[in-house]
Amino acid sequence: MDFTIMATSLPKLLSATVITLKLLSLSLFFGIFIGLLFAILRLNKNPFLSKFAYGYSYVFRGTPLLVQIFIIYFGLGQIEYFRTTFLWVIFKEPYWCAIIAFALNTGAYTSEILRSAFETIKPGIIEAGKSLGISNKIIFYKIQIPVAIRQSLPAYGNEIILMMKGTSLASTVTLMDITGVAKYIISTTFKPIEVFIVAGGIYLFMTFIIHNFIKYLEKRFSF
Amino acid sequence: MELLSFGKTGWGDELFYATLMTIAVSITAMLIGFFFALIFTPLKLSKNKFLNFVANSYTTVIRGVPELLVIYLFFFGGSGAIMYVASIFGYFEYIEINAFITGSFSIGIISGAYSTEVFRGAIQSIDKGQFEAAKVLGIKKHIQFFKIIMPQMLRLAIPNLSNVWQITLKDTSLISVTGLVEIMRQSYIAAGSTRDPLLFYSVAALIYLILTFLSMRLINRLEIKYSRGF
Repeated sequence: MDFTIMATSLPKLLSATVITLKLLSLSLFFGIFIGLLFAILRLNKNPFLSKFAYGYSYVFRGTPLLVQIFIIYFGLGQIEYFRTTFLWVIFKEPYWCAIIAFALNTGAYTSEILRSAFETIKPGIIEAGKSLGISNKIIFYKIQIPVAIRQSLPAYGNEIILMMKGTSLASTVTLMDITGVAKYIISTTFKPIEVFIVAGGIYLFMTFIIHNFIKYLEKRFSF
Repeated sequence: MELLSFGKTGWGDELFYATLMTIAVSITAMLIGFFFALIFTPLKLSKNKFLNFVANSYTTVIRGVPELLVIYLFFFGGSGAIMYVASIFGYFEYIEINAFITGSFSIGIISGAYSTEVFRGAIQSIDKGQFEAAKVLGIKKHIQFFKIIMPQMLRLAIPNLSNVWQITLKDTSLISVTGLVEIMRQSYIAAGSTRDPLLFYSVAALIYLILTFLSMRLINRLEIKYSRGF
């Protein structure tokens, strides 16, 4: 056990944590909107729209995240349209490509979580709203969405942790997040166990915080 | 389309063998995972606090740390650890473990943590009366496990094990970083030499989709078979 390597790698890994957290928060932010959109499409009575939403979540949940990142980062640059328009500003950056891939991926899982939450809302709640003369739109925004969010909190907490682990794949497209820096330190010092303990410790700490934060939210919003 | 043909000019046969490699790694990893689950599930359920702690740290650490980091640990640390053990027995030559073993072992450890949780949940949700009834009837411990607990446990575990299988199958894409030529690595090579990454990564995604689709079909059949009589 080489403690000096652990001590010297800790500040480097901690500064890489910023990138991991940025990737995580941005992809979760966009992912929620994508998830909500596709959950609504999925529950739509139009069979074409609901099939489309089902296909989207099936494809993104059935393929590895690594393939999705590679298609977006290496693949899309091949299409003329992406290179000649303003889109290239986004798609030439590995940072944004990673975020797009993560957001689309977590969006697929979030849409499944939200869909099942919407489906398990007791019809009585909606009927109560209707009988009080509340308009459909307000029932949806003020009753269905808050209840669905509360119901999906535990599952979404798991999804956040899975996504946090997923951000490690950003290191395959040259980003220096925790895993990227850890790999760099391992390959220059040949001390895999020490670096694994430090980097793994940071990840575990973040898992711990997310887990407890979700638990707190569950308590706060329980009824 | 020509790029995907079989034979010398196309990448079809290479991708086919890579697919077989992915399936082989996934199955090996899943079996290694079962082996780990077999060790750690009893530890998790045991009354001994220390054994509990060991099993809990295994599942918590593995499920809280990115898969890629675990793979790097075994990829860079695997041969070092083996050589260290060998040096105790007086063998000082350089030992290189091949990528297949490192890959399936690291994915196996990850999949084992998930399987452990699944088996624990399944055993815990079996009615306590079943254990007691078996005890009262004087059935031996191992017969009790194989003939009474196991069939009920499998029925409860199969739906969740199918999730573990999906996770394992998708995780194998990560061992491409160690150089093992499975679907992802082969697509990377093909994309590099033909400069057509979009095509090859899309094909890779398609192969994974087919694999998950087919395995879901198979598992559904198993599920029906094991839930007979309920």
